Amino acid sequence: MDFALTEEHRMVQNMVREFVQKEVSPIIKEQDRKQEMAAFILPRMGELGILGICIPVRYGGQGMDYISLGLVCEELEVVDSSLRVVMSVHMGLNSMALFQWATEEQKQRFLGPQARGERIACFGLTESGAGSDVAAITSSARKQGGDYILNGEKMWISLATKAHHALVVARTNPEAADPHEGLSAFLVELNSPGVTTGDIHGKLGVRAGSTGWLAFQDVRVPAASRIGEEGEGFRIAMSCLDNGRFTVAAGATGLIRACLEASVRYAHERRAFGKEIGKHQLVQQKIARMVQSYDAARLLYLRAGWMKNRGMRNTRETSLAKWFATDASFEAASEAIQIHGAYGYSDEYDVERYLRNSKGAVIYEGTSEIHQLMQAGYALGYREDATLRCELPAYDPSYWQE
Amino acid sequence: MKIVVCVKQVPDSAAKVVVENGQVTWGDAPLVINPWDEFAVEAALVQKEALGGEVTALTVGTESSKEALKHALAMGCGEAILVSDPALASADSQTVARVLAAAVQKIGDVDLVFYGRQAIDGDMGVTAAQTARVLGWPALSLVSTISSLDANGGRICVERSTEEGRQVVEAKLPAVVSVVKDIGEPRYPSFMGIRKASRAVIPTWSLGDLGVTAPASVVKWPQLENAPVRQVVTELITGNSPQEIAEQLAEKILAEKVL
Repeated sequence: MDFALTEEHRMVQNMVREFVQKEVSPIIKEQDRKQEMAAFILPRMGELGILGICIPVRYGGQGMDYISLGLVCEELEVVDSSLRVVMSVHMGLNSMALFQWATEEQKQRFLGPQARGERIACFGLTESGAGSDVAAITSSARKQGGDYILNGEKMWISLATKAHHALVVARTNPEAADPHEGLSAFLVELNSPGVTTGDIHGKLGVRAGSTGWLAFQDVRVPAASRIGEEGEGFRIAMSCLDNGRFTVAAGATGLIRACLEASVRYAHERRAFGKEIGKHQLVQQKIARMVQSYDAARLLYLRAGWMKNRGMRNTRETSLAKWFATDASFEAASEAIQIHGAYGYSDEYDVERYLRNSKGAVIYEGTSEIHQLMQAGYALGYREDATLRCELPAYDPSYWQE
Repeated sequence: MKIVVCVKQVPDSAAKVVVENGQVTWGDAPLVINPWDEFAVEAALVQKEALGGEVTALTVGTESSKEALKHALAMGCGEAILVSDPALASADSQTVARVLAAAVQKIGDVDLVFYGRQAIDGDMGVTAAQTARVLGWPALSLVSTISSLDANGGRICVERSTEEGRQVVEAKLPAVVSVVKDIGEPRYPSFMGIRKASRAVIPTWSLGDLGVTAPASVVKWPQLENAPVRQVVTELITGNSPQEIAEQLAEKILAEKVL
């Protein structure tokens, strides 16, 4: 067993850390107040190769492994959750799904531009009436000649107004005995006639990010843009979540680190009762908890990344990492505010933003409740992962970097 | 165009550098490429991209200095060379300059040698000029812009950033150039570059390989001391009215001869 990161991993970590600390950290508070994503973020992440990090070079990516993806997400979320969200939807939920399920022709057509950062990608699963209950999806894709006619509305879609491509799950067979089997996945180009998008404001957190909706009114989607087989939509969506949740877990780990670093700094600065507050045991207890959470969350996501690298199914491990890290990040942020006292309650310090940002991830990509059901299901033997027609390819440096 | 860029590994700029038992220490702070040298690497890469050719990163140091070279490789340098020798343990800047000059000559046919303006550890800022002196090449220090570079005509024209203003200087190639911040923001390592760097086998040259013996250091550091800790006394002036407080404050300021 080897717990050490490779030299390559450490260099990736340093490079992304330098980018976010230098270019994003100085402006993030203002963007959060304005509830706007800074215009340079997506093009810059594309230019630096971050948007294609774990996609093989032959598909326009950088050919790094899945652990690198996790490390990047951790570094991004240390500065702001909105940056990691970009990786969750563009990479985890969309590009990796194309890498896993798309035909060679589809990879060349859609994945290449996404990995090069020329096209931004999002993921349309959730609807206003269908969140955890995926089978309740009402968006429909009706077959007409060689095309599908897409109708419906997707809600809480990160990058809805920024993306060029959306991976959309819609119902192709309303008659299916099991409603899960009636769903199919499509790569929809968002400049198609009949597509409208909008942003949602007034969110608790991730205000420097873009969250919105996608509406489809008789949108013609060519059959060549269907990802996977007809009826495979639910399985594809679940496999997307195995990747999206990995990025969320790694990001939430970064958020815990941000809380810990801010708390340690403040505990040395602030004095009460004649000594720095770090000398008080109840403050120490909070910091010790953050250390424990950070280390545990990090080990959990790195294990999931290691399994992905080896091509092992990791639904259970990724779910565990995501559940633990997001709950722990919410708790760490809340305690970080407590350590900062009244100052932590104002946006003079970053910790209030950490708390607001942490809550979203406890809800999306499987609520904490869903993850608890999953974990209990595995433990009790009620749940088993069926083999997929297309598994996420294992990391293969020689093939990926050709 | 054959370019060499000389880099140095130094303690991170955030490290707390102190003297302990007469020795300089930075605790367990990481070692990084000298931040000024990143500008030099950037300048070298920009010239290579414009004119073609190759860029070799060069350093004098111990095995761990390969980290700094790898950073330069990850930014886009094609080759890297470490000069390492136990005889260089307490080398001063002129010793390092002689060694670097010998390495530049061994590389051969070099048109330009780039340096950052100074290293953030020793802060001498003379190695570039000393290297030029040893090589007998023009030294263009504190360069903020390379206005023109004519490889065939063998000429370079630069702007120097001095305290008085800017100077336009022209010199013949080969030359040694040290750069300041205005030369251009250094790029981040690319993922491709990182991969290349992590797999690179960096050759190590000894003084024997360079055919030189360790030149004696002419500068010694007989004594190192921490900066004296400033005694700061805080006194809170209280009184019954702002007027009273202000009067007390004014008296104290006058007594301390601050005004």
